[in-house]
Amino acid sequence: MRDILELVVVLSIICIAAAFSLAKVYDITKEPIALQKRLARLQTVNAVLPAHDNEPDQNAVRVPLDTPDGKKGTSKAKNNEVLVYKGMQGGQLTGVAFEMTETGYGGEIGIMIGLDPDGVIRGVEITSMSETPGLGAKVTEPAFKQQFQGKSLEGVRFQVKKDGGDFDQVSGATVSPRAVVKAVREGLEFYQKHKEAIIQ
Amino acid sequence: MTPLFNDLVNGIWKENPIFRLVLGMCSTLAITTQAKNAIGMGLAVTFVLVCSNLLISALRNIIPDKVRLACFIVVVATFVTIVDLVMAGFFFELHKAMGIFIPLIVVNCIILGRAEAFASKNPILNSLMDGVGMGIGYTLALLTVGCIRELLGNGSIFGLSLLGPRYIPFLLAILPPGAFIALGLLLGLMNKVNKKFAF
Repeated sequence: MRDILELVVVLSIICIAAAFSLAKVYDITKEPIALQKRLARLQTVNAVLPAHDNEPDQNAVRVPLDTPDGKKGTSKAKNNEVLVYKGMQGGQLTGVAFEMTETGYGGEIGIMIGLDPDGVIRGVEITSMSETPGLGAKVTEPAFKQQFQGKSLEGVRFQVKKDGGDFDQVSGATVSPRAVVKAVREGLEFYQKHKEAIIQ
Repeated sequence: MTPLFNDLVNGIWKENPIFRLVLGMCSTLAITTQAKNAIGMGLAVTFVLVCSNLLISALRNIIPDKVRLACFIVVVATFVTIVDLVMAGFFFELHKAMGIFIPLIVVNCIILGRAEAFASKNPILNSLMDGVGMGIGYTLALLTVGCIRELLGNGSIFGLSLLGPRYIPFLLAILPPGAFIALGLLLGLMNKVNKKFAF
């Protein structure tokens, strides 16, 4: 009996001490972690937006997502909503940025798309992906991302060259670039459809 | 050589956790695509190893034998969670690159292995030395694998291009099979060296 009591007491004390120290560390690191997450997000948003002097995450709107073929939004779009970040300069809208997701070769690819108010692409960044290093992962390289610069829905075939479109695929990988191009096209269509609601 | 010094160098060569004990393979194979990741992982594991060795050694006469494993795991998990939170808060990029492998340090056999085989039977100072030595050994081993894989697979070390733009990367090296091949060759090399010089 004394034996068992000793086991219980020692293990309990160790667990309680662990819980207290973890609570303390969590408390200390809570704010830095939240700050880092926000900074990381802002960094990609700023990278794809035209010149602006506001903090885009303070001027963001939620827009319901309804993709053209009626399928529900992807997992990243929580509650089928897209968070649209707005870039402003002197109170004037200079551009919008939002994230789209598409299934690539190794899972979901997250793509941050920046547009000017007329729907012309100002920048594309990959926010998350798990494509094959050295092959599909090349979609994160500037050479690939820059092809989208200045393109809009008008007169551009949003497909990779292999499928008869206007975009270079990456050597050795077709699935990943195809997914990115598709996501950008859907992003443009999304903006076109909800332009009024976003700009207001 | 004093025994303390012995405990320190033990983990670096004679009982190197990767090359001699062959423990903690999961993280070794997974994160050594870059030298930078290897250093980050090595430091994280060293921190956990030193702290858990110290605490477990200090508590070794209090912890009842029957629940020792449960106690060890609670101690290790606590330190791992601390590392995870601190890295997320202050080394965000590195934390992102390591992903799931930081929380997985909890189940790294090196840490529980040293707690069970060394810290629970030895005084605090020796356990500290053992933790530091094992940590350095682990970090050096990871760094070796990481440098080889990054150099072959990407032509660089620590992101610094060494082989020039005309080098065509040997992709296999940074894909998962490359980790097994590199580690296997290094293990073989270590065995050969050990045999020859009879350390």
